[in-house]
Amino acid sequence: MKVLQEGGGKLLGWRDPDEQRAWVHENKTRELVDKRCTVAEAVSRFVKDGDYLASGGFGHVRVGMAVLYEIIRQRRRHLKLAGKTAVHDADLLMASGCVDEVEAAYTFGHELRGLSPGSRRMVQTGRVKVVAEISNAGYQWRFLAGMMGLPFIPARNLLGTDTLRHSSAKVIEDPFSGKPICLLPAAYPDAAFIHVQRADKFGNCQIDGSVVEDLELSRCARRLIITAEKIVDEEVIRAQPDRTAIPYVVVDAVCEVPFGSHPCQMPLDYFYDEEHIAEWLSLSRSDQGVAEYLDKYVFSTPDFGAYLAKVGGDAQLEKLRRIERYEEPMVAPWRNAER
Amino acid sequence: MSSTARDSRYSPTELLASVAAGFLEDGRSVFVGTGLPLIAAMLAQRTHAPGLLIVFEAGAFGPQLRQLPISVGDSRTLHRAVAASSMHDVMSLSQAGYVDYGFLGAAQMDSRGNINTTVIGDHALPKVRLPGSGGANDVASFAHRTLIIMRQSERSFVGKLDFLTTPGHLDGPDGRRQAGLPAGDGPFRVVTQLAVYDFEPTSKRLRLFSLHPGVDVASVQKNSGFSILVPDHLPVSPAPTDAQLRLLREVIDPAGIVIGK
Repeated sequence: MKVLQEGGGKLLGWRDPDEQRAWVHENKTRELVDKRCTVAEAVSRFVKDGDYLASGGFGHVRVGMAVLYEIIRQRRRHLKLAGKTAVHDADLLMASGCVDEVEAAYTFGHELRGLSPGSRRMVQTGRVKVVAEISNAGYQWRFLAGMMGLPFIPARNLLGTDTLRHSSAKVIEDPFSGKPICLLPAAYPDAAFIHVQRADKFGNCQIDGSVVEDLELSRCARRLIITAEKIVDEEVIRAQPDRTAIPYVVVDAVCEVPFGSHPCQMPLDYFYDEEHIAEWLSLSRSDQGVAEYLDKYVFSTPDFGAYLAKVGGDAQLEKLRRIERYEEPMVAPWRNAER
Repeated sequence: MSSTARDSRYSPTELLASVAAGFLEDGRSVFVGTGLPLIAAMLAQRTHAPGLLIVFEAGAFGPQLRQLPISVGDSRTLHRAVAASSMHDVMSLSQAGYVDYGFLGAAQMDSRGNINTTVIGDHALPKVRLPGSGGANDVASFAHRTLIIMRQSERSFVGKLDFLTTPGHLDGPDGRRQAGLPAGDGPFRVVTQLAVYDFEPTSKRLRLFSLHPGVDVASVQKNSGFSILVPDHLPVSPAPTDAQLRLLREVIDPAGIVIGK
């Protein structure tokens, strides 16, 4: 098969599919075992320095913030980050010094809020390296190839662009059509963390709203930490098996974390805490500001419950629920901030 | 924009949104990116195109949008949608040909509609690191036609991109086919605060399509780093109606997040 072009980006997280099969066979139990633990235990056991890490959800939508803060609190270093659709999650992880390398699909922006000052500064001062570029569909199809146990998957994006030249993809002549086609390498994150609405103690998960790319990510990651708004009885899962987005066999830890996506959105439950995000966007304009933010919200809070009390407690969280139900108008305090 | 004697009823951004909305046809599908494309698609759906099929990359399919989403993946994108599926689902449908228009913003564009949203300066140590492709490369690869909406200046309309993130016509009329991109028209219209552009069919170079009210050809050329083709017949873009302005200000973006910038 003729290789027409090879991207020069670093290949993160690729493994020979047979090596991955052997690892799964050895390390992932098929037994229904109770996987409940604290977030601190889950991070301590399943996220290591130097890991290739991926966060579920959509960057600032349905993000496992308790795990993210715990990674920062336990001072993980030299992580390689999947900058899939990475927004607030990636911005915090990079600005806090946990990450050395990132593969970027959407990574240094906060969508309508503008660009991400913290993580941009880390790249613009050479402290975080963007080792590969890709697109959003490209990243989720890397996860799809991993989930399918394949070495790569063909796709018709990236072609003809610098995104491809800086990616880890290759272009070949398609043996069926004769046209050039892009091959996206499989990705197998060492660890991933996904926040869901409901899970049972074994790790069976229900997701409300779009699953985004968590179907694929949950199945290709080697270690998977689930945080759930609520841990439900096994019978809730078995009564509606068509609602299961993630089956227990791929899950390693299950932690109950109410409001666990704060300050990010939890679709159909609570809205973004825009005032809190504005505080981050303002403080993260300097290294000192990042340190101040982390001291206030991460290092001086022992766990997520203490953090929630600090960000306004029940009154604030109920307000976010009302905004999500269109009962109160949203605010945009970052709107006129100069970044 | 000193030569632009514009109507004080509306801002340049409101004009940009209303003109762009006009290119979205009822009964067609559009894959919408964050920012101005979102505002324009919402305006189209609430005026001449109630049957506009809006698609968002995180999995929202066919919503009837009530409030401006902050993210193309948040729950506001699901309001009265026909499906809340996944990125794999909507990107696959796009690759298989179900998306008529891809609707994108851009930081830099060249004369063939190629877009940069990755870096300003050198890739290894950039002057400004931008978000990257996001879904833009996918959308511009898969949609039958691409609409680009952006603010035009000498720094954003450039002779050579710092980084070609997202394909336009690549290096010319046969560029997309040679690269192996799915068959389609590629970039179709570009809307800026000054004018609307199309692409001259034989060269696929940017060509003026209409001038916004009060704008002349000289100010269009002055706000570009490359020369723009000018056709013989040059209409004036329609100004936003009072009804459109009311929708933009009171219904679609009351907090002024996009149109107030």
